[in-house]
Amino acid sequence: MAETLTLPRYLLRNAQQHADRPAIREKDRGIWQTYTWREYHDHVRAIALGLAALGFARGDKLSVIGDNRPRLYWAQVAAMCLGGVSVPVYQDAIAKELAYVLDHAEVAVIVAEDQEQVDKILALKDRLPALRVLVFEDARGMTHYKFPWLHPLAELEELGRRFGTEHPGYFEAEIDRGRPEDLALIAYTSGTTGNPKGAMLTHANMVGTGQTLIRSEDIRLDDNWLAYLPMAWVGDSLYTLVINLMVGFAVNCPESPETVQRDLRELGPTSVLAPPRIWENMLTSVQVRAADAAGLKRRVFETFRAVAERAEIARAEGKPVSLGVRLMLRLGEFFVYGPVRDQLGLGRARWAYTGGAPLGPDTFRFFRAFGVNLKQVYGSTESTGLVSLQPDAEANPTTAGRPCPGIDVKIGERGEVLVKSAGIFKGYFKNDEATREVIDAEGWFHTGDAGFVDPRGHLVIIDRAKDVGALRDGTAFAPQFIENKLKFSPYIREAVAFGHERPFVTAMVAIDPNTVGSWAERRGLAYTSYTDLSQKAEVRNLIREEIRRGNETLPDAQKLRRFLLLTKDLEADDAEMTRTRKVRRRYVAEKYAPVIEAFYTGGATVELTTAITYEDGRQGTLRSTVHIEDVEEVAAHV
Amino acid sequence: MSALLQIQEVSKAFGGVQAVNRVSLDVHEGDLMSVIGPNGAGKTSLLNMISGFYHPDSGRILLDGADVTQTAPSRIAERGVARTFQNIALFRGMTVLDNLMLGRHVHMKTGVLGAFVYWGLAQREEVKHRQRVEDIIDFLRIQDLRRRPTGSLAYGLQKRVELGRALALDPKVLLLDEPMGGCNHEEKEDMARFILDVNEEWGTTVILIEHDMGVVMDISDRVAVLDMGAKIAEGTPDEVRANPQVIKAYLGDPKGAPTEQPRG
Repeated sequence: MAETLTLPRYLLRNAQQHADRPAIREKDRGIWQTYTWREYHDHVRAIALGLAALGFARGDKLSVIGDNRPRLYWAQVAAMCLGGVSVPVYQDAIAKELAYVLDHAEVAVIVAEDQEQVDKILALKDRLPALRVLVFEDARGMTHYKFPWLHPLAELEELGRRFGTEHPGYFEAEIDRGRPEDLALIAYTSGTTGNPKGAMLTHANMVGTGQTLIRSEDIRLDDNWLAYLPMAWVGDSLYTLVINLMVGFAVNCPESPETVQRDLRELGPTSVLAPPRIWENMLTSVQVRAADAAGLKRRVFETFRAVAERAEIARAEGKPVSLGVRLMLRLGEFFVYGPVRDQLGLGRARWAYTGGAPLGPDTFRFFRAFGVNLKQVYGSTESTGLVSLQPDAEANPTTAGRPCPGIDVKIGERGEVLVKSAGIFKGYFKNDEATREVIDAEGWFHTGDAGFVDPRGHLVIIDRAKDVGALRDGTAFAPQFIENKLKFSPYIREAVAFGHERPFVTAMVAIDPNTVGSWAERRGLAYTSYTDLSQKAEVRNLIREEIRRGNETLPDAQKLRRFLLLTKDLEADDAEMTRTRKVRRRYVAEKYAPVIEAFYTGGATVELTTAITYEDGRQGTLRSTVHIEDVEEVAAHV
Repeated sequence: MSALLQIQEVSKAFGGVQAVNRVSLDVHEGDLMSVIGPNGAGKTSLLNMISGFYHPDSGRILLDGADVTQTAPSRIAERGVARTFQNIALFRGMTVLDNLMLGRHVHMKTGVLGAFVYWGLAQREEVKHRQRVEDIIDFLRIQDLRRRPTGSLAYGLQKRVELGRALALDPKVLLLDEPMGGCNHEEKEDMARFILDVNEEWGTTVILIEHDMGVVMDISDRVAVLDMGAKIAEGTPDEVRANPQVIKAYLGDPKGAPTEQPRG
């Protein structure tokens, strides 16, 4: 194996070896615009030199904020070329979170996509003493913004080109000074508790993890990937930025967040990485469309779906598939599976990953049955996004896959998963105490996830280690396990289960307004808002039936006995979830304490007061009386 | 420098109702001028006279120094005046893209025969116009709606498309008749942003009729107030806000500033 390079060195290599190959595309004015590696390199060079002209020094931090745009990726690479550190932030973060991260990371330069993001930064300027330069990509609406430290990106590049003529060789010399152990990225983990923590990742971490992934999968130079996941998420950094540079294929930026589904279909990427939520949404959209289709079409779809899922179960259990079923699958491939894959933009995907959180087995099975090579991948920010993944032949809904070559995994105390690899981060930025809590003396990273290794050698994750509790009678209680059962219902968007040190399991459920809304419309049920819809007796009955179905696959003691429907969805803006949509369990439990009390004191209704935070930080409250529902059979049973 | 649009002493009566009574107004190039007033004050009638839908009974309207008092609406559109309507006037069955392309109509040179042959001149022209339309789609952030029939869109989005259709004309003067009527808070904010951007980035002169006082006072350079067909005040938002006659027209009470008008 060759020595470990820094990321900018891969850029230089690509600019030489693949100069005219497409490196990155963005859809603009309805047309995919292509940038070759030569252009990619030239832009990065110009931006880097422009930054240098403005005094950007080694170790300085640069932050990008906006949707996935080539220029924002270039800016990150440009910072790395100068020995700087990229600190991508979530573009939909509210002011308070944004201020915390930008200030804590001592960000000196921010590259913002447009006026919306620039306005956010301007409002926070006073709280960001380290900020020296603000660059923006899209100048629209900012004709009258006149600050000496505010620059359009085009101007910065121009400045850089001039600086380059005056200082020939500067750019290349700076890249030469880069060492693999230099910091490349600080990825702030949204964290289900407390303030976000900045995980420091070096070039060696990122390149090492990239090499692991490249060795595990067949990644080709003519691949096409879609860059649509938040840039602040480590998965996007690894997938879009690092692998793109290392392999040299093309990544594609969608036109806008609203057009992702259409762009996905248009592009037909050769591989797709998506969190469970997106897979669930895709399945929901397929189910809704099937339910809305005319009789014959619906029956054809349902018939072939049933055949495919039965065959998939048989295959997973290693049982033979009969000739008749195989014939049906052929027919189905032509009439149903192929067209559905094409509609979803998965027609050309050789493999697809789900990660970040567990995916319901039924959702998983659906995609496998329909011919999508969906596999689980497991990782975290601190491990540069990759610990284990499932080989093609061993894909299954329950495990997190085999630890990748070169990554050591062992199970520590209380079932906690421990990891040691080239990708394990250097530590949390300016937080040695937190670092010491998760990296022990022997260099093992404590993931905080509870799990075990099954006889096949696959890692199985049960829940967050600290969330696993026990019911009063001692039965183990893993809330996420139950929530995932519930969330497979197309009508349920989010669920939070309670039960630790309680006599039985209860849950707060947030309905999916799209599916429940169209369900209500089909029944001529009028409603005005999410709140109104969620409290209709018919909807409560609908969800009760869905919960009953979920309960069927749970052991008796873990069956859900009481629930209520929330009058609003759980939101990251309200701090109920992280930006990657993981429930912040402790916070939710505090916020909804009266509700949880009511669950266990047997009340039939509860006064629900919820605070809503708008994106600009303003607060509102929603107050309503909510019914608590019993799932009778279970209640009678226990 | 004389004003881009000069309205001189125009009057219009419908039967016995004097809808507009000797109103004069100068709108300079690059202005964002709002016309406000209670319901029935004559705002829309004034707009209709500027765009040529009505012709005044008396008085003159000059556009760029030329008298357009009696000019037909289509000719006025060709002179660079575009408008939106209080009640959305889009082709509901056509896609957003087609509605916007239609807005380019005044700029299209290809005749029926040329369009029939299509390749060559007509194709090049179509590409040129499509490019402009794509700029507008990008500007209004409606990339995801290109192929959607306008009739299937939410009301606020239809309003946005209608603005796009007017912008497709590349107007010098943009007349907006209650572009935020019936919109929710967020849609209003977006629309206000778009209007400001059109005015500031593209230098388009805007005449805006709007009921939402918050928006009007926020974004306008100048405000003219009509009441019972007559202009009772004109000036900067602050001047108008403090004008006792305006307060009286709105509240019938000398205390307090104009607030949001209930829609009648």
